[in-house]
This record gives sequence, structure tokens and C-alpha cells, in this order.
Amino acid sequence: MSDVVEKTLTALPSLLSLDSQPGSAKLSSTSKLGNLIRGITELTSKHEEEKLIQRELASIKEQVSSPNTSMRQMKELMVRAIYCESLGYEASFSYIHAIKLAQQGTVLEKRVGYLAVSLFLNESHELLLLLVNTVLKDLQSTNLIEVCMALTVVSQMFPKDMIPAILPLVEEKLNHPKEIIRRKAVLALYKFYLIAPNQVQHIHNKFRKALCDKDPGVMTASLHIYLQMIQENPEGYKDLTASFVTILKQVVGGKLPMDFNYHSVPAPWLQIQLLRILSLLGKNDQSTSEIMYEVLDESLRRAEMNHNITYAILYECVKCIYTIHPKSDLLEKAAKCIGNFVLSPKINLKYLGLKALTYVVQQDPKLALQHQMTIIECLDHPDLIIKRETLELLFRITNAQNVTVIVEKMLEFLHSNTDDYTTIDLVGKVAELAEKYAPGNEWFIETMNTVFSVGGDMMQPDIPNSFLKLLSEGFDTVEEDRKLRLFAVDSYVSLLQGEPGKLPQRFLQVISWVLGEYSHLREELEPATVMRLLAKLLDMKQTSSETKSWVLLAMTKLVRAGQVFQSAQEVSETYGSSMDTVLRQRAQELQHLSQDCELRARVLPQDAGLEPLEVDSSLSFLDGFVSEALAAGAAPYKPPHQRQEELAQAKALSLEPYGLSLPISMSSCSIADRQSPTLLSMSSGLSGDSTDLSHKGSSTTLKLDGVKRVWGREGYLAQREAVEEAAQVEVPSPLRSPSQQAEADSSHSQTPTPTPTPEPDQEKQQLASSLFFGLSSQSSVCLMGKSEPTPQRFRRKAKGQASSSGAAEQISNSLVSAPSAVDNFLCNNLLDSNITSQVGISSSEQTSELSQGPATTNGTCDTEAESTDGDIKGSNPSLIIGDNGLVAADPTPHKDPGSPKDFCLSSHLPAELSELCRSEITPLCSNQSLGLSACHVHKEDSLVLVVFITNSSDAAIRQILLDLDSEQLQVSCVSDSPVEDVTSHSVAMHQFSLTVKRPSVHVEVVGMVSYQLPVGTPQEVQFSYKLPLTSFIRPLTVSTEEYGTMWLSFSHDTKQNLTLISDGEEPLTATLNVLKEKLQLHIVEIIGMEGIIACQLLRDQPCLMHCRVHADVLAVWLRSPVPDLPDCLIYHCQRALQEH
Amino acid sequence: MIKAILIFNNHGKPRLIRFYQYFAEDMQQQIIRETFHLVSKRDDNVCNFLEGGSLIGGSDYKLIYRHYATLYFVFCVDSSESELGILDLIQVFVETLDKCFENVCELDLIFHMDKVHYILQEVVMGGMVLETNMNEIVAQVEVQNRMEKSESLVGSVAKNGHVTFPT
Repeated sequence: MSDVVEKTLTALPSLLSLDSQPGSAKLSSTSKLGNLIRGITELTSKHEEEKLIQRELASIKEQVSSPNTSMRQMKELMVRAIYCESLGYEASFSYIHAIKLAQQGTVLEKRVGYLAVSLFLNESHELLLLLVNTVLKDLQSTNLIEVCMALTVVSQMFPKDMIPAILPLVEEKLNHPKEIIRRKAVLALYKFYLIAPNQVQHIHNKFRKALCDKDPGVMTASLHIYLQMIQENPEGYKDLTASFVTILKQVVGGKLPMDFNYHSVPAPWLQIQLLRILSLLGKNDQSTSEIMYEVLDESLRRAEMNHNITYAILYECVKCIYTIHPKSDLLEKAAKCIGNFVLSPKINLKYLGLKALTYVVQQDPKLALQHQMTIIECLDHPDLIIKRETLELLFRITNAQNVTVIVEKMLEFLHSNTDDYTTIDLVGKVAELAEKYAPGNEWFIETMNTVFSVGGDMMQPDIPNSFLKLLSEGFDTVEEDRKLRLFAVDSYVSLLQGEPGKLPQRFLQVISWVLGEYSHLREELEPATVMRLLAKLLDMKQTSSETKSWVLLAMTKLVRAGQVFQSAQEVSETYGSSMDTVLRQRAQELQHLSQDCELRARVLPQDAGLEPLEVDSSLSFLDGFVSEALAAGAAPYKPPHQRQEELAQAKALSLEPYGLSLPISMSSCSIADRQSPTLLSMSSGLSGDSTDLSHKGSSTTLKLDGVKRVWGREGYLAQREAVEEAAQVEVPSPLRSPSQQAEADSSHSQTPTPTPTPEPDQEKQQLASSLFFGLSSQSSVCLMGKSEPTPQRFRRKAKGQASSSGAAEQISNSLVSAPSAVDNFLCNNLLDSNITSQVGISSSEQTSELSQGPATTNGTCDTEAESTDGDIKGSNPSLIIGDNGLVAADPTPHKDPGSPKDFCLSSHLPAELSELCRSEITPLCSNQSLGLSACHVHKEDSLVLVVFITNSSDAAIRQILLDLDSEQLQVSCVSDSPVEDVTSHSVAMHQFSLTVKRPSVHVEVVGMVSYQLPVGTPQEVQFSYKLPLTSFIRPLTVSTEEYGTMWLSFSHDTKQNLTLISDGEEPLTATLNVLKEKLQLHIVEIIGMEGIIACQLLRDQPCLMHCRVHADVLAVWLRSPVPDLPDCLIYHCQRALQEH
Repeated sequence: MIKAILIFNNHGKPRLIRFYQYFAEDMQQQIIRETFHLVSKRDDNVCNFLEGGSLIGGSDYKLIYRHYATLYFVFCVDSSESELGILDLIQVFVETLDKCFENVCELDLIFHMDKVHYILQEVVMGGMVLETNMNEIVAQVEVQNRMEKSESLVGSVAKNGHVTFPT
């Protein structure tokens, strides 16, 4: 078939040149589009094309706006406009006409109109509002084609807030007699689910109906939705496993009509989809996995025909088998399957084979051993993609023994690579490996040198940061640290003596920092020499000003020695008048610190990398200045986001009647907010690097979800023992000679080893033995359940990973971004002297910021906020007592307090928390020595996450570090000195206070605990903890008047209809009471058929709710100053009412 | 999900552009250029998958393409799609085009860009695979074609008359 297509497509050039040929007659009609296209193909330059298109667009524009143009002509014009747009020329004048065509044309014209609309516009385009009515009309049409078109356009792009308008009609289409309509409706609903999940929540059972549809096509479409929903919440759909298995069984068994066959494979795409769903369901769940073993086996067996698409099914099958709870004979078959992929001469299959290997290799390193020769060959494959995939695989199997060979291979690839994306990715991986497994100082520094020079300025900023952090924190012993630093200094001095002009800026920054900090370690090295080298950098044209400021800072540190005073003065004079304020600041520092030894010793203490500098991040020393300014009539400072919000509010058309006055939003002008902009303005570009430290490794770390969990626990391994033992024979011992090893390997795996000429073969085998060294021993370690932690050479000292984020920030400030620390310090101490050019700038900035807000003074504003807090406490004491009553009302109450473990752990709760309402204590993760559980406690003004660490081993566990992080939450450690050691069979407890940064329906905290057993290497365990947003909701007590003014000032809103509850009581009151109980809302007032409710999200993020009974439903309108909060809250309201 | 479907010829001239995720116009052109640049320098005997474009979605994004004589068919997808599945979907799409245009060639795609879009709409809807069965797709397209023919008949009798179809 493809041959035919190819043949016809090859015939094209001749067609283009000979218009008179019969074949082209049907194509190039005398239409204007034809003329345009012919015109374009005749052109030779881009410039001419541009001219022609502009002319064309002008003529289209003229014609579309002429009133005499008929719809039929319009249709033709629109196609021409589409053509121009696809070439990249904007035809925005035609958008409105496209909509018109969709509104007014006949079916065919409508079709063009809809097509143009869906190609031209996006969801947020304002013109789309004009289309809503047309879509509504067409959805109700009796003409199937019109309905289809409407559904298509709806799924292509539809404004989120308009979904409620058409939702009922689309829902109705689920019952349409024609299956094509049902199918499109299902997909449209899926699209709605993706953009606004809470809007379609009520139709989940209709999705189930679609899944059971008699037409397999509709059922297939519904799988899209299920795949998505199961991905988000696998627990909720376990009951469907049996149905999915039955469907797959029927498909595999050929029960579907022949129509669904593709190259005589029954419904392959459907099979792929089902296998993906099954692997999500069976992950970490033995009983669910057991249901699917049989059908997986069947799929593997059936998919043996030699067509592309059967391999697609096989690949999914293999991935599924390795994801779910393991079963030995299936694993064996899957491993064989992977072998077929890897050894296949078809390059696509090889690629997928490598991908599959990468996926499974952590659980089953012997599989990589089996295919080591193929992997070696792939390393030299002409296709870069294959090469890269191979390196990815090698990256996963790296250990301390083979790291040098693997890193060498990666660097080799990097040198020949031209693609930026790959470079960034690989450089990150090399840096990670080097940090983890470096065999020696020399190697480490040299590898990092290559990383910096190849990665250049593209690489992730956290690589140089963590490198510097590592250098300054040190790891093993003092002596080792010294050696490493010395070696770095030596290496950099020689680099600078070479051709520093070729080095990337980032690298130069690293070099100058290291030289500034550690060059004194090399005693025979004259500071003057270093000074000269650094000065050379300053003189180079290509050195960026950011680098220059790093250099200046390094010089400031060097002046210590005293001899280089003269050159320091020269440099500071040159840059003291620089146009760049940051540079000028550095030059000033250099000048003053080189004169004042005492101050320098305090600001830049030598070798003090580890002691955090005391940084007054709240800038309290400026308070006097601020209050003076305020007293003099300056307006209080507002954070930028608030200013922007107000600006936006001022600009937007207000559709509401004017309120009396806008209340200041609750989180407004507390003093703490001032810190960020001031800091930023002073430490500009440099501190930017250091702040990035906090999201270190977000892209460079491995994605190991699930992989470890399935295999890391002993329970699973015990079952596998038998297989492994048998397999043990196959695993060649690393002690055998390479050739023996390969022989043994090929004879066991019974795969045809390629037989190239003997000599390169020898070479490759040698490479293989070095690449895969240590793997086999690792696999036996795996048997004993310790597969995860491999000893890290450059393990950070415990101190560097302080669990409290605040402390970590402080440390990173002091270490890497010494410049910003200096800034703070300078401000603190030098404010009185006359050299504060920068400070002057920033404070004037501040005053200008201060003058923008309304004329309330900062102080009063703050106390107001406090006093309302006090009011809440004082006026409503019942609330606090209500907390006890909450235990029952809490969305996730601990129903079974009698369960022994829960009880046992809960006794460890501190007295002030044990009284409060809390969630059930859930286990997070455990292994033979240590178990983690957690619960959250609802305090009145905060949510406390309590993590229990149970030591179940017979020995004490030391150096426990708990590190939590979350995308949506702000996590801060409550206890001052977190417990680091836990004695045998006892429990330690950590408390974290959580507040919401960004509302989301469910929020998750991910964490890692690292610890040290008396024997063996340090270990790490990862875990996550999910909690609903409702835990952060607290009642907000306001009066109706306050509610009124607040309502008008909030900008984010959402509307939705909820079902009413009527158990005897008056429906509105009953429903609101349910919401009040379940979600902790405050009912402000109920007037007739309307009710108003208020609540707040911790901390101080209000959300207001207005409800009105309308026919049988409750129309709810939510408003809040916080984006997404209304959407999330309405979701929980729906849930609460459903659960009732 | 499928993020975009791009068809361009050996010189990088776009023949059909369909984005399922919003990108500004100039960004779209940049994506087309980058994609062409990535795809065109690959031999015919290497694999049909490409990773590492930084423009759409970063690391979760993959190009799956097929090269037919003068045309490249490129599907940009995220990790939720099966690589080989999409590869065969491209084949289904091209075979369908071949059936609808009776020996399809690049010129068909140029002069009947709108028709190609309609055919594509029956295969992929809003980024989701709607139909993979060629006969079914062709049937849907034919229903529309019949409407077109009869409309031009009706159109000559009564202009702009509304035609309802027997279903």
C-alpha cells in the first residue's frame, strides 16, 4: 500500500510542471486558490512570496468586507485565508467572517466556517463568545452533519467558562441513536474533563454507561476518559478492573466484528489503551494484578504475528507486566520479548527495546547483562536517537565500578553533539553521576571541568550551584576536602593561564568563586598571580557583567593577604564608575573592604563556608526608616502582585454597582512582605542563581516512580527468590574473564550473538566487561532487599540538608551567593557611612513603592488585621470548642481509633495536638528497619502535619533527615531542633506547619527521609502524603455588611448548580448545614431562598459563597481574591453533597 | 494526547498544519521550522521517533514521523501515546487520503487543503484518536461528499437552500 502512495507522490514534480496533464486537471481548477498556489510555486525568493501573499491578503480583505459577497464566495475566500495563515501570514481580519460563515452559511459553508474558526482561534479568544449560540443551535439540529461539526469544534477549542451553557446538550448526545454522535460526544466530554474537571463531575456514571455501550467504538472513546481518571486516582476505579480484563479478553479472542481488525490484528489501538489502563490499576496492588495475569499471558501469546502493530501491543504488554505486581513466568516471557525487540534488525523496534530495557533495568539488572553486546553495538549506532537512548540506559545502570567508562562514553557523545536540548539533558546526567560515584578527586574535578565547558551557559543553573555547595560543605574528612579544593584551585589556575577566552561564562564564575575562596590553600601560589589572572578576565571583551561581579567579589576575598592592595585599588577605581549598578556596588565593596581589615574579617570570614551568616531577612533594621517615611506621609508598601491586581481591577469594566469603599485584602501589607523586592533589587542577577538551589534537580533527577516501590520491599523479593536463584547461574560473575563471560552469556540467553571480526569483538567485550562491571553483584544485593542505596561518594554532610526550608535558604545564601549575603551585611553595617550608593537606590525605590498605595499607614493596617483576628477569637469562642465536635464532621475522620497501631502512635502526639481534630494516622512507607506514618492535625489557625518515624530495628538509627516539599503548599518545620537519632524500637515525631501557596483540589506533600544505620551505607526512602484542600478550610466569621463589601472586591469567581438535600428539613438549610459540617464553612445569613456563606483558606485567603434555590437545584456563586480557590471549593462542595 | 500534526514537503513548505494546543502564530511557525530541521536531516534508515525538541512541552514530547516521497507526516505527541500505534495511525491516515483522492499526491494536499482537514477531523478529534478504521473514516467522508454533490445540484436550482440529509 505504502508503495502505491510513494509512487504517486514521486510523480508530483512532473505534475507541477505540466499543467495540461489529465491528472492535474481535476486539481488545478481555474479557481483563485489555484492561481495563488501556482503563483507561489513559481516564485523563487521568500521576499517575493511575502509580497504576493500581502497582495492576496489585501484582495481577500477587500472582498470579505464587501456587502455584495455571497456566502458561497465567502467560503472560497476563507479557504484562501486558511492557506495564507498556514504559510505563516496573519489574516486576523478574516476571523470575524469565519464566525459569520459558521453562523449563517448552509451546511457546506458552515463546515468551512467551523474549520477556519478552529484553525484561527484559541480557547481564550474573545470572538469565540459569538460562536456559542451557533454551537448551541447546531447541537440541536436534526442534521447529523451539523451536530458532528458542532461536537468537533467544541472538542477542538471551547472557552472554559462557556462549558455549562452547552454541557446539557452534549450530555444528551450520549444517548443519541447514532454511534458516531455518541462517540464524538464522549470525546467532547473528555475534553471538558481535561479543562474543567469539576464541571463534569456529576456525569461520571454516564461515562460508565459509555463504557458499556453496545458499540465498541463508543466504548473505545470512553477509555480515553478512564485512562485519565485512573491516572489521577487509581484507587477509585479498582472495581472496574474485571470489566477491563473482560473487554480485553474478548478483543484478544477476536470477538469483535471483523471491521475492527487492522492487518488481521483485532482492534490493536483498543488493546494498547486497555493495557495501559491495566498497568495503572495493577501497580502496587497484588490482588488487582492477579485478575489480569491470565489475559496478559493470552495477549503475549496471541500477538505473535509479524506486523508493526503487534509489536506495539507487545511493548505495552511488557511494560504492563513490569509495572504490576510481579509474576515470575510472565516476567520470563516479557524478558524474552524485550530480547526480541533489542535484537530486532528493525530500528524502531530496537529503539523501543532500549526504552523497555531502561524501564526494567533497575528491577532486573541481569537483563541488561544479557544484552550487553547489543547495547555496546548501539553505542556506535549511526542513529543519534538510538545512541542517546543507550546512554540513558547506561545512566540507569551506573554504579561506582563502571562510572568512569560510562561517563567517558557520555562525554564522547557530548563532544560530537550539536543539539542543545540533548546537551542540557546529558550534561545534567553527567554531573549527577560524577557527584554520586566519583572515584577520585582528580577525576571529579576534571569531569566537572568538561561538564562546565561543554554545557556552557545552557546547562541548568543548579549544576554549578550544587558543585560549589559540595566544595564548600565538604564531605569525607577535612583532609580529603582540602585535597579536593586544592586540586580544583590548581586545575583552574592552569585553565586561566591557558585560554580563558574560550570558557563559558558560568564556568568562569565558578572558577572565580573557587579561586577567591580557596586559592590561599595553595601556599606557594602568590595572591598577586591569582589577582593578575582574574584581572585578565575583567579585561576580556566577552566577559559578561555578571561574571565580572563574581570576579570582583573573588578579588575582595583575595585582598585578605594584603599584598595585592594596589591592584585592588586600581580595579575598584576602574569599575567604581561603571554604568552597571551591580558592578559599581561590587567595586565599592572591594574598595572599602580592602581598606578596612576588621570589617572584612567579619563580612568575609575565611573558611567559614559552613557557618551560616546571620541574615536579617525581614530587614528589621530598616523599620526605623520606614516608620519615619510613613510618619512623613508616605503610603505603605504593597507587594507587586497586589499592585497588579488593583491595577487590573481598576482597568477592568466593573459590572457591579459601586461599593462604598474597597476593603484592603486580608493578606495585604504586613511588614514581612517587604523583604522580597528589596532583596531582589539589591542582589540582582547573582542571587538569582542561588535561589534556584531550592528546586535543585527538578529536571535532572531520575523519574523512578513506582519502580522502586514495587521491588524495593522484601515481600516481593521473597516471592521472586526462586526465579532469581535459577537465574543466578546465568549471571556471569565479574571475576571471570571477559570472553568467558560473553560465551556464558550467549549460550545461556540463547540469543544469536552477532559475529563480527574477532578483533573488534575482543575490544567490545572488554568494553562490555567494564561497562557492566558491578551489575551482577548489584543484582545479588538486590536479592537481599538493599537494591536502592548505592554508596555515594560525595555525600553531603548532614548539616547541608537541614529539613526546615528556612534554614536551608539561609545556608545557601551564605554559601553560594555570598554576594547577596554581603549585600545584607553591608546594609546592616554601613548604612551610616556614605558609600551606600546601592542602598540609596533601593531605599528610594522603596519609598516610591510606598507612595503608591492608599494613604493608610503601614502600622495601622497591620494592627487592624491583627485585631480582626482577635475579634474572631474573642467573639466566637464556640468555634474553638467546635473543633472537638469536628472530629466526627471531618472529611477523613479516624473512624477506627481502636486500631492498635494508630492508637500506639497517637499516644506520641504532643498534648497540645492530641486534643484537636485530626486525620487517621496513615502509614507512608516502611522497610525492615524504619517505618513512617503521618497524620494532619487541624489547628485553628494552621494545619500541622505530624510525621512519625518508628524505628523497628534493634539498633539505633542516626542522622535522620526529613525533607518535605510540595508544589501547592508551603512547608515549614515546627520543631526547632529536629530529632536526628532514634533509638531502637521507639518513635520520633516531626511537626510541619502547612499553608497553601496555590489552591488545588488535592494537595500533596512529597518527602524524603535519609538515615544512617550503625552498619552499612546511608539510606534514603521517598514517600508522599495526599490531603484534601478541605483540611485547610476554616470558617470566616463576618457580618452581612462586611460580606457585602468583600464580595464586590473579589475578582475570581465561578458558578455552578448543586443538588439540594432534603431530609425532612427545609432543603436550603439542610444543604447548607451539611456543607457547614463537612467543609467547616460559616453560614453568615439565610434570607428566604438565599444563603450566604464565608470561609477562609489558611492563611487569610477568604472565599465567599452565595447560594440561591432555583427550581430543584442550588445555584452557587463563589468569589475569592485567590485564583482557582472557587473552582476547588465547588469541587469539594459537590463531593460533600454526594457523600451525604 | 496529540499536540500537533504537521505535514510539510521536502523543502519544509507546510502543507497541512493542525495544532491541538494553543501556540501563538509565530511560535507555530517556529515549531514547524524546528521540526522540519530535526526531521529533514535524518536518513531514511533510522528510527521514526525523535525526542528532544524543546518547543512543545519539553521532555514529555516526542515526534513520530513518516516520510513518503516528497512529504513528511509528523505527529507531535506526549508520553500518553504509543509510539508504534501512532506510526500506524499515520499509515492509516495516508491510506485513507489515498483512497479519498484516488492516488493521492502532494498537489491534492495543496489544492484541497480543506478536504484533507475534514478527513483528519474524522481520524483525530481535539488531539484524541477518534477512529482508526479506514473504512469507517472513508464512509464518514463520503457522507459529506454526497452532501456536497447534491448541494451543488440543489444550489443550481435554489440558491442557498438548506439541505437535510437522509441518515
